Amino acid sequence: MTVAADPLPVKRRMRVSRKALPYLLSLPALLVCIGILIPFFTAVWYSLQRYRLSQPWNRGMNWGENYIDFLTDPSFWNTLKVSLLYAGLTVTFQLILGLAIALLLQKRTRLNNLISIMLLMPLMTAPALAALMFKLMTNPNFGILSYFAQSIGFTDFRWGASPDTALFTVILVDIWVYTPFIMILLLAGLRSLPTQPFEAAALDGVPRFQQFWRITLPMLTPHILTASLFRLLESIQQFDIIYAMTQGGPGDTLMVFQVEAYLNFFQSTNVGRSAALLIILWAITFFLSNIFIKNWLRLRERARGGV
Amino acid sequence: MEHTSALERVLRGAALSAVVLFFMFPIFWIVLMSFQTNETILRSPPSMVFEPTLSNYVALITGRLETQAGSLDIDFMRNLMNSVILSVSSVALALVLGVPAAYAFARHKFRGSEDIAFTLLSFRFAPPLLVLLPLTLYFQQIGLADTYVGLVWVYQLICLPLILWIVRGYFEDISPDVEHAYRIAGHGWGATFMKIALPLAGPGIAAAGLLAFIFAWNNFIFALVLASADKQPVTVGALAFVTASGIQYGQIAAAVVLSIAPTLALALYAQRYLVEGLSLGAVKG
Repeated sequence: MTVAADPLPVKRRMRVSRKALPYLLSLPALLVCIGILIPFFTAVWYSLQRYRLSQPWNRGMNWGENYIDFLTDPSFWNTLKVSLLYAGLTVTFQLILGLAIALLLQKRTRLNNLISIMLLMPLMTAPALAALMFKLMTNPNFGILSYFAQSIGFTDFRWGASPDTALFTVILVDIWVYTPFIMILLLAGLRSLPTQPFEAAALDGVPRFQQFWRITLPMLTPHILTASLFRLLESIQQFDIIYAMTQGGPGDTLMVFQVEAYLNFFQSTNVGRSAALLIILWAITFFLSNIFIKNWLRLRERARGGV
Repeated sequence: MEHTSALERVLRGAALSAVVLFFMFPIFWIVLMSFQTNETILRSPPSMVFEPTLSNYVALITGRLETQAGSLDIDFMRNLMNSVILSVSSVALALVLGVPAAYAFARHKFRGSEDIAFTLLSFRFAPPLLVLLPLTLYFQQIGLADTYVGLVWVYQLICLPLILWIVRGYFEDISPDVEHAYRIAGHGWGATFMKIALPLAGPGIAAAGLLAFIFAWNNFIFALVLASADKQPVTVGALAFVTASGIQYGQIAAAVVLSIAPTLALALYAQRYLVEGLSLGAVKG
């Protein structure tokens, strides 16, 4: 009798737990995230305050004043300009280079595979350490890049130390680290393209140059868009490379959003301004990430359905 | 399509050599530098001929730097240890938290699951300082400032979204039929998860864990903001080391080599997983 009566309660208990199960499973992850959401709202709150760590007595709400001040603040416009310039230039160069390398490596030969594995190494190097490596390479006393620059006639090329070349130097590091990322995504994209259109084009005698513009590029566009949006999102927030190389200097040459906000917080202890800067950066990335996620999901859907 | 002229082959070879040179040279040069003394490093013109020395590595490992001005204590090994502690425990925690959640998101379309998943993903893209700066003030209040626990928690910002999204993709690719069959055979969901779902998603979990480890190891900004000298990982430590050791270029190079070696070795060892993880399941080539 007891044996026959047992299954029922077990089943009922299971049904209750099954409904709660997904919540239960994701609860820990959610709690961690709530712990992250709180500081986010705190930052919004700070950005609406007159708040300097060095003047606690002077703290108070000033509502939008931090933001309104930006309108007439040349250093804010400099930050915006440098950040956009950095992000735009790095992603453009990486896209062109990454696409070119992906095309070079498209065929699955052993050498090509070996090279694409080698190219993973810069990507796996910590950006801050990559900047340090380039700092050593551009050292005026013994840096190999300084030596090369000198031997081809640039006698006064001072890399990160001069306002004229600092942007070039950090962009070079960024290109070194992140071009392989775009290359990998585009290579995977290229190799997943259907072969029939190319075979048809080859039969019709379409020159390869035209095949690229008419077939490859259009079919690869979703991949290109996903990869470059992703890089754009990260690049506009770049901190490691710039901070490790020049700490935003010389002067305010490389004061991108996060570096400026970091220095505002820790050096001038101006919490309010720092938070307002970050909120503006967040708004930009939020806008970009929405486009990115939509794009990426569409690509994912296609990759799934296409197989 | 398969007619490649000699000229084209030469051009292709030249282009590939240039690519390999550009991307490999910095690593090659820093490794060479780490086996040189300051005298050979400062030679002009630079030369590849030198007598290799292990003195830089010895100095780093023993923690004592002998200079003309006297000896200097360096704690680079501690930075290395911190990197190991922080990365390993962050990934472990993220796997424990993330894998069950990824399973829940993949198998049960419960109310708000898409929203939650998106919120998690969007953390990946928010400026890290936005969260870090208020956290420094909070951490001081609740006593988490400059502790491993606090750092590991914040590192979840990097590891958790990554694991959640990659592993979720893998779970979604596995047909639930096998799990149903196992359930019908009378096993509970716990056993089904452990015995069926987990092993099937194994490669995905490995890829995600690996990638999370590398990102945690390479992270710079979190520890820069939240950790003091004795908790700093190599990324921050190497930079501080440059300031502290001044002109000991050989040691700096050796420190960089030791700092990037683990991630590079992992990358080479598991490159296939990595490429799959990097594309976040967006493209399956």
